[in-house]
Amino acid sequence: MAERITDETIEYVGILAKLELSDEEKEQAKKDMTNMLNYIDKLNELDTDGVEPMSHVFPVNNVFREDVVTNGDERERILANAPAKKDGSFKVPKTVE
Amino acid sequence: MDLMKLTAVELGKKIKAKEVTVKEAVEAAFARIEKMEGKINSFVTTDKEAALRRAGEVQKLIDDGTLTGPLAGVPVAVKDNMCTSGMLTTCSSKILENFVPTYTAEAVLNLERAGAVVLGKTNMDEFAMGSTTETSAYGVTRNPWNTEHVPGGSSGGSCTAVAAEECSFALGSDTGGSIRQPSSFCGVTGIKPTYGTVSRYGLIAYGSSLDQIGPIAKDVTDCAAILEAIASYDPKDSTSVKRDSYDFTSALTDDVKGMRIGIPKDYFTDGLDSEVKDAIMKAAEELKKKGAIVEEFDLSLVEYAIPAYYIIASAEASSNLARFDGVKYGYRTSEYEGLHNMYKRTRSEGFGAEVKRRIMLGSFVLSSGYYDAYYIKALKTKALIKQAFDKAFERFDVILAPAAPTTAPKLGESLSDPIKMYLGDIYTISVNLAGLPGITVPCGVDSKGLPIGMQLLGDCFQEKKIIRAAYSFEQTRSYVRCPICEEGGSLDE
Amino acid sequence: MSKQYETVIGLEVHVELATKTKIFCGCSTEFGGAPNTHTCPVCTGMPGSLPVLNKQVVEYAMAVGLATNCKINQYCKFDRKNYFYPDNPQNYQISQLYLPICHDGGIEIETSAGKKVIGIHEIHMEEDAGKLVHDEWEDCSLVDFNRSGVPLIEIVSEPDMRSADEVIAYLDKLRLIIQYLGASDCKLQEGSMRADVNLSVREAGASEFGTRTEMKNLNSFKAIARAIEGERARQIELIEEGKKVIQETRRWDDNKEYSYAMRSKEDAQDYRYFPEPDLVPIVISDEWLERVKANQPELRDEKKLRYKKEYDIPEYDINILTSSKKLADIFENTIALCNKPKEVSNWLMVETMRLLKEEEKEPDDICFSPVNLAKLIGLIDEGAINRTVAKEVFEVIFREDADPEKYIEEKGLKTVNDEGALRSTIEEIVEANPQSVEDYHAGKTKAMGFLVGQTMKAMKGKADPGMVNKILLEILAE
Repeated sequence: MAERITDETIEYVGILAKLELSDEEKEQAKKDMTNMLNYIDKLNELDTDGVEPMSHVFPVNNVFREDVVTNGDERERILANAPAKKDGSFKVPKTVE
Repeated sequence: MDLMKLTAVELGKKIKAKEVTVKEAVEAAFARIEKMEGKINSFVTTDKEAALRRAGEVQKLIDDGTLTGPLAGVPVAVKDNMCTSGMLTTCSSKILENFVPTYTAEAVLNLERAGAVVLGKTNMDEFAMGSTTETSAYGVTRNPWNTEHVPGGSSGGSCTAVAAEECSFALGSDTGGSIRQPSSFCGVTGIKPTYGTVSRYGLIAYGSSLDQIGPIAKDVTDCAAILEAIASYDPKDSTSVKRDSYDFTSALTDDVKGMRIGIPKDYFTDGLDSEVKDAIMKAAEELKKKGAIVEEFDLSLVEYAIPAYYIIASAEASSNLARFDGVKYGYRTSEYEGLHNMYKRTRSEGFGAEVKRRIMLGSFVLSSGYYDAYYIKALKTKALIKQAFDKAFERFDVILAPAAPTTAPKLGESLSDPIKMYLGDIYTISVNLAGLPGITVPCGVDSKGLPIGMQLLGDCFQEKKIIRAAYSFEQTRSYVRCPICEEGGSLDE
Repeated sequence: MSKQYETVIGLEVHVELATKTKIFCGCSTEFGGAPNTHTCPVCTGMPGSLPVLNKQVVEYAMAVGLATNCKINQYCKFDRKNYFYPDNPQNYQISQLYLPICHDGGIEIETSAGKKVIGIHEIHMEEDAGKLVHDEWEDCSLVDFNRSGVPLIEIVSEPDMRSADEVIAYLDKLRLIIQYLGASDCKLQEGSMRADVNLSVREAGASEFGTRTEMKNLNSFKAIARAIEGERARQIELIEEGKKVIQETRRWDDNKEYSYAMRSKEDAQDYRYFPEPDLVPIVISDEWLERVKANQPELRDEKKLRYKKEYDIPEYDINILTSSKKLADIFENTIALCNKPKEVSNWLMVETMRLLKEEEKEPDDICFSPVNLAKLIGLIDEGAINRTVAKEVFEVIFREDADPEKYIEEKGLKTVNDEGALRSTIEEIVEANPQSVEDYHAGKTKAMGFLVGQTMKAMKGKADPGMVNKILLEILAE
């Protein structure tokens, strides 16, 4: 049987999740994810044809705010935890080449 | 008088009657914390200075008649995934090692409005992912009943702080059993309210559609009073539900006559420890003696709750935890080349193994080509589980169940086999999927001297029924302090 | 002989809605604040913060959907689109994928070959990202979240356009509809309207679409037209060389007139959409839908018909007057004050257009008030100023929104209606120009014009030309 989770999958998911795993961690992740998916396969025993997927448990709808400005200038508080900042902005590594 | 031996409501009464000052209560808590922390490690952060300052303010408000509620002046410990303005909030993760929020979670604000005094922040499984409080970046928390054992999780620190009498009560959060399971392991009482009852604003999300904040205390009375204080309709939380009533304490009556209690046969299978099983069945007998109608029934779908849960919770977590990237707050790696490398290093160094495991799983099940097979399938399963409960609650007022298959395992036993650890959540998880309320109350102690808890589950918004059943049962036995509190742990002069 | 190719174009148009606050928090959407001064825990992705939907966003989205003949999903939801980028504070964007608010609409455009309907696949609501500023000194980027959470609608067309002209016609029509609704000011240069172009080419007559690319960073109609030509040429060249077009996102550089692939190993373009658990579904009742329908303002096509009926002005003028909501508003508001549609139309069509062209401005930049234009028309009407002076005064109104009554008072521009004073001035002019008088009597009518001109000059333009003519003729006949 083909490998369910390949090295490429781990590599790909690492890019999506922005996680850099060591070789050892990759092996472990492969094993864990394969085990977990094999376990999750249990759901396939269940006939869910015609069942509406339920994302919210209660039928609560239409929760809105009125279009009224309630916030003032909170810049100092917003930047208080920034690992790096400059000129009232969050500082990050260059985003363009 | 040992103030920390009192329940929150008892202590509140003494403060109100001027028998005890708020400062004395807070100092008693810190004396206890200083004594216990070396052994159990309930807290990530404590702030005695802030607590004493707050004690002074609260005392004034009590004296001038502004604060009259049952929790005024009572010391509380808050799980470290709820934002507290000016106080470190880490989620027990390295990635938030230096995060000091500038706002306070609505549930904690509600407690502050009621006059409770925050002592500090309790240890937990990192980002609430775990059932043992061993995945914390700030050391494991030990079970005060036997420090070789885990306290359960993820609200382990909150439960040990209550059990070891380091606080009068605590707040926890429950995504898949994180209040009810450690409450069971630590011999305390905890409620997971109906989804939408307590605001999630300021609760650092794990699985947004499952997370609920709830009380952890020594008894049902405390839990009802705390729930009354923290529950509110919050316009800042779109999933907050406007309930008809926020009264829970009126359900504190010793009366289960005619109450229909169902016991799901499919919960009592091979995986369930026989001592736990016996304790639950004994509890059922007690309730029957008091006039409840107890019947067994088939809940069905029990074994599908865990896989559905891990898909939904991991998927939501993979997205919720994306914001921890070293840009706006928290940890940023010291060496990096370029933006994406900064992201990857920050997150790889900042998150622990279990968190990474769930982020990877969650990212995978949502990735292109797998969404329908996993995520949609899980949401359909969730719908079926909800239907199964709806059917059960047509017949029963409450469901009686174990909180966990076993009592607290030994430290280090669980993490090596994730699936085995996940299976431990079998009795708690479906409640989160269906949004239902559940309460854990202690119902015995096993031959190893570890507490056993039982769960009472109710239909949506039927907290009062489970509170009434739990309170009635509680009257049949007295609170068992953990041995550490009895053996010289007491501060009696 | 090279083959014939057909260009197939679909557009994704993002429009910033004209709400006062952001889509999920009470921060102001105002432009131009210092970095991060319009931010809060919600729009900066602070842990534990939660979104709450601005109702006005739903109403604007519905209004645009109705005006573009879309069906409204009366049950719609938000989804999370997951991707890492520093301008995206949560590293997911709250958007709509599975149940967008509007779908299956379309608008009619005019092309050289006649009318054509461009289909609209869907319109969905989402949040804007923050702004990144690149700091050359420190070799880093700076993030400003003031724009983060500003409400957007994304209007996704069908691949129904075949040329840059059709694209411009579609965008222009869309812009006008949205401006007329008041849902956005739709300024391309300021980024309140942005268009991404999906383009592919295929051999003429082929039934299958070619591989498409998506082009971003198009900040003007001209850039869009150039980018379409450039990308069409690039794809044809690839095909002619036997190479393959790669499905990718490209960034248009309008200075270099070339597009660059934005691909990187770190962009997997796998957005892992799933329903946003922090927001509840939107259920649009029939009553709500009817209310929004009833409140729809008059759109351009309806306005055109009404102008024709009510004001009896030429079609050409109607087209121009309704080519901008601003212009149409000024037109109607001025008429409401002076009740002279033709006169108002003339001022807008001739002088206003001339001055706009001179100053390289758009009708949306007009800043004078209808009150002052109406006053000006009134002054002409009562003969207080003549047309020459009026044109001069209008320039001042156009530039400074000046009050014409005060202005002519201050500058002493009021027409001299004192016949005696005018007669003596004309007598002096006639006296001083015997040659012209002689020429006039010799039948050279030009001489009359010269004498009128001289008189107006002497009167500094303040004379009523009719009266000047009358008196001059009388004197010359003597």
